[in-house]
Amino acid sequence: MSSQGEYPRAAGEWAVELRNVSKVYPDGHVALRGLSLGIRAGTTMALVGPSGCGKTTTLKLINRLVAPTAGTVLVAGCDVAGVDPVGLRRRMGYVVQEAGLFPHLTAAENVAVVPRLLGWEVERWRTRTTELLALVGLDPACEGARYPAELSGGQRQRVGLARALAADPPIVLMDEPFGALDPLTRRRLQDEFLALQARLRKTVVLVTHDVEEAFLLADRVAVLTEGTLAQCGTPDEIRGAPASEFVARFVGGRS
Amino acid sequence: MRRAAPKNARRRPPRGWGLALFALAALVLTGARVGRGTGDTRPTVVVGAKNFTEGAVLGELMAQVLETFGSATVERRFNLAGTQVAFDALRTGSIDAYAEYTGTGLRDILGDATPVASSAAAFARVSSTFAQRYELVWLAPFGFNNTYVLMMRRAHAGQLGVRTLSELAQHPLRYGVTHEFLERRDGMPAVRAAYGLRVASLVGMEHELAYQALAEGAIDVADGYSTDAKIETRDLALLEDDKGFFPPYEAAPLVRRDLLARVPGALEALGLLAGRIDARTMRRLNRAVEAERMDPAAVAAGFLADLGLGQGRVVAAPRSPSLLGTLWQRRRVTGQLTAWHLVLTGVAEVLACVVAIPLGIAVYRRPRLAATALGAAGVLQTIPSIALLAFMLPLFGIGARTAVAALFLYGLLPVLRNTVTGLRGVDPRLTEVGSGLGMTTGQLLRRVELPLAMPVILAGLRTSTVINIGTATLAAFIGAGGLGDPIVTGLTVTDVNLILSGALPAAALAIVADVGLARLERWATPRGLRFRAQEEHR
Repeated sequence: MSSQGEYPRAAGEWAVELRNVSKVYPDGHVALRGLSLGIRAGTTMALVGPSGCGKTTTLKLINRLVAPTAGTVLVAGCDVAGVDPVGLRRRMGYVVQEAGLFPHLTAAENVAVVPRLLGWEVERWRTRTTELLALVGLDPACEGARYPAELSGGQRQRVGLARALAADPPIVLMDEPFGALDPLTRRRLQDEFLALQARLRKTVVLVTHDVEEAFLLADRVAVLTEGTLAQCGTPDEIRGAPASEFVARFVGGRS
Repeated sequence: MRRAAPKNARRRPPRGWGLALFALAALVLTGARVGRGTGDTRPTVVVGAKNFTEGAVLGELMAQVLETFGSATVERRFNLAGTQVAFDALRTGSIDAYAEYTGTGLRDILGDATPVASSAAAFARVSSTFAQRYELVWLAPFGFNNTYVLMMRRAHAGQLGVRTLSELAQHPLRYGVTHEFLERRDGMPAVRAAYGLRVASLVGMEHELAYQALAEGAIDVADGYSTDAKIETRDLALLEDDKGFFPPYEAAPLVRRDLLARVPGALEALGLLAGRIDARTMRRLNRAVEAERMDPAAVAAGFLADLGLGQGRVVAAPRSPSLLGTLWQRRRVTGQLTAWHLVLTGVAEVLACVVAIPLGIAVYRRPRLAATALGAAGVLQTIPSIALLAFMLPLFGIGARTAVAALFLYGLLPVLRNTVTGLRGVDPRLTEVGSGLGMTTGQLLRRVELPLAMPVILAGLRTSTVINIGTATLAAFIGAGGLGDPIVTGLTVTDVNLILSGALPAAALAIVADVGLARLERWATPRGLRFRAQEEHR
């Protein structure tokens, strides 16, 4: 398998690493079968594949929302199974489809969630919130004071991104972050994401069902099917030399 | 930001709510006990009465002579629901005295079915047995025998040619009797067996309603008391107990022995009533309450004045015959009763929240446990209110504590169910995001789940409160007062206006509580959710 080439040669090379991970849910559904994958610090890795291929499970393994049935998940070289999940999650940004904003909190309060969990001083988290809202293109005084229900889909997604970045985590996990947006808004947010990532250089793990989005946003793309890695490489490598007929079809079918 | 920011980043503004409510509950419960008799060195005597007119009149007579001649402060616990409740209250010390009947003591309380030769023999027997067995003392009887009678519409009895119970026995008729008579050992089962009554149908009903049912021809035979004023005012035939089945039912004060030691003047004061009331007098006093709409207190005071035992001037205004008049007359009493009603319900609800909300939080993630807790609370809910009150009596005695305990149990289910439903109804994606952002279980609960579930939880509190305001009217049956008092009294004296003077404020209270709690619900709904609600409505 082409994934063999990705396998680390030295420990600590990967910001996030999955070693031979399998996941069987209590209902018997097999989500992952011996998946190995490494993600370099400061790069964006997209996980793509048809629904049910295990991409969201892979993401949730990283912040321990899901525990592996077999295999090891390492973050910065440490097995996450031995790390306090709460602390682990506070060091990772998390963005989901429709942003997953808390409806009873304002945009600013949503952004401030993690800094406040971390016990930051009021002044510090206030400043940080303002800064982040501005960073994602929102007016802290205007949109910041609004509730999610008062914001547009694109604005909500920006708030979700700001919330993920609030505590300046080295790793950001994104699950279909632009999935629910109209094409125009999605396009604009994708561009902004690229610009932002060029500045921030986070380790980003991005789950998407949209191959084009993956090729546009990610440094490397992992194509999953039925819980295994079909191919992992740069967008050019995958486009230029699909490892299997499935990959070729999946990549081609969407373009 | 629109919201005032807390001074401390880690802590929200002080959450004193739960604590404050708890303190209030404690204050009310203890205050209810401390409040009475302060600044008064006279000993307190608690006088009870069963929930029928004569019970109340005799209770008032006893209370007033104790006040005037016994140097006692009297607390009244009237409208007690039947012999069992009154007797248990006396035995356990919740009350010190009430008027009881020798036949009832003999047959119903002692279960002694042997024939009695005379009134004196009956009195002697209850007197010695009660003293030995319960430390209770029968004082000298008031002077009348209020026996049970079976009665029919006069025309109907004439038509069938029925004058005695033996003659009645041959006709299959429809019986409607009081619940107490239905169950008592000297009641329906025994009289039915003794005479071999042929019974076409048998239902238990409220005594006053039985008169109406009888008049309207819905039933043919009802039980009554020989001193009942309504027998005279309605055209009824009293059937002769030709086999002498019913024992003598002489009314007398039944008191705790320790009362006589504690309040030295009590024996002499109550003795003033001995032999002073014959059957005709008793009927007249009953009629004054029922037909002439006088308060038992006023009737008793008037009668004592006639005997030369009064305190001088007697204010005896009859109850107004009109609804508005009644409401106006009773405005102050109604105010007090309403406030007390609110206290009973409020304390019960606070306690229900204090228990049900944490319980709901503890179980909502564990389906089995949640099902068990909800099932248990549901079973409590299915116990008829009056039965639940009866179950609680041995634990807490008569009065507010039993009522609050019963209302608390009733209040649990809606709050518990809504807490569980509300917490389960929180979008699982939001809880997952919360965990994903690094919230602990507790933080998730406090910052996400509870705020989002709060409107549903408060809706449960609202349901619970509205139901309990209604249920609390039954508290009157166990001497806990509240707006049920005029309802029960009105029922005994067949005064619809009096019933309404309790029922209307209770209904109004329920509506006000409903509206008020709906406001609270809206206020507690996070602002962000209100937008969503509006959007959905659009």
